[in-house]
Amino acid sequence: MSLEEFFAMGGYARYVWPSYALVLAAIVLNIVWARRALQRARTEARRRVAMKDTT
Amino acid sequence: MAWTWFHRLGSPPYIYSLAARLTPWFAWPAALLILGGLYGGLIYASPDYQQGEGYRILYVHAPSAWMSLMVYTTMAISAAVGLIWRIKVAHAVAASCAAMGASFTFAALATGSLWGAPMWGTYWEWDPRLTFELILLFQFLGYMGLRAAIDDVQRADRVSAVLAIVGVVNVPIIHYSVEWWNSLHQTASVMKLSKPTMPFDMLIPLLMMFLGFTLLFVALLLTRLRAEVLSRERSAAWIREVVSA
Repeated sequence: MSLEEFFAMGGYARYVWPSYALVLAAIVLNIVWARRALQRARTEARRRVAMKDTT
Repeated sequence: MAWTWFHRLGSPPYIYSLAARLTPWFAWPAALLILGGLYGGLIYASPDYQQGEGYRILYVHAPSAWMSLMVYTTMAISAAVGLIWRIKVAHAVAASCAAMGASFTFAALATGSLWGAPMWGTYWEWDPRLTFELILLFQFLGYMGLRAAIDDVQRADRVSAVLAIVGVVNVPIIHYSVEWWNSLHQTASVMKLSKPTMPFDMLIPLLMMFLGFTLLFVALLLTRLRAEVLSRERSAAWIREVVSA
């Protein structure tokens, strides 16, 4: 199978590739969201702890 | 005592450090399985005798749909546990599920649509399975909207838990919809009690994707749970330790 044939997906390229792109995007987004949520919660908690120390 | 492990699971500091330690054990196998499944689905598996290369959408569509049902079930069960036994961590698990569930439900619908276009001749049909999966998307969005609308976390936990539990009826409806009604959607090839009806080289990448998505869900859930637990604990001493580290 040539590379061209592979990308053509037997004529279904315009359905197959967007599907894969979409699901990979969902995976990457979920990883980014989860890590960002944790980062934000940590920053927020650190701020709360610091505020308590000053009062 | 045999029950101490269960009680420790309800303790936020224990859960926080346990989740941190467990995450890589799920994340890395998930990455390997999904990469292997992608290779297998796109290259190793032979073309379908009817749909040619077009059927390869299966390898991202079915795991996304599986993920949507798995996430909803997890959300409903943990919401029920939180409501019945008043376990805060269980509510935190439920709250961590919603955004993941919504995104993969959307992915399942959109990839299904892209698959339906060449095979059924339409991007959308008000078919039972499609319709109930769309309702599942609205359930996730409704759950998120409801939580966002209530400022008090404990009240949001209780109210959204009821919504999550009531909505779980849709999970078996989606699963069995292809058997109960005449559906455009094909019936199960893998997720059934008898042997899968699929050649080996097509089946293996699909199983890798299912397992990979399941492990990915656990890894994501553990990370979101840490964030959720951290933001819920207002003044506990253990927080000082984890954030200064």
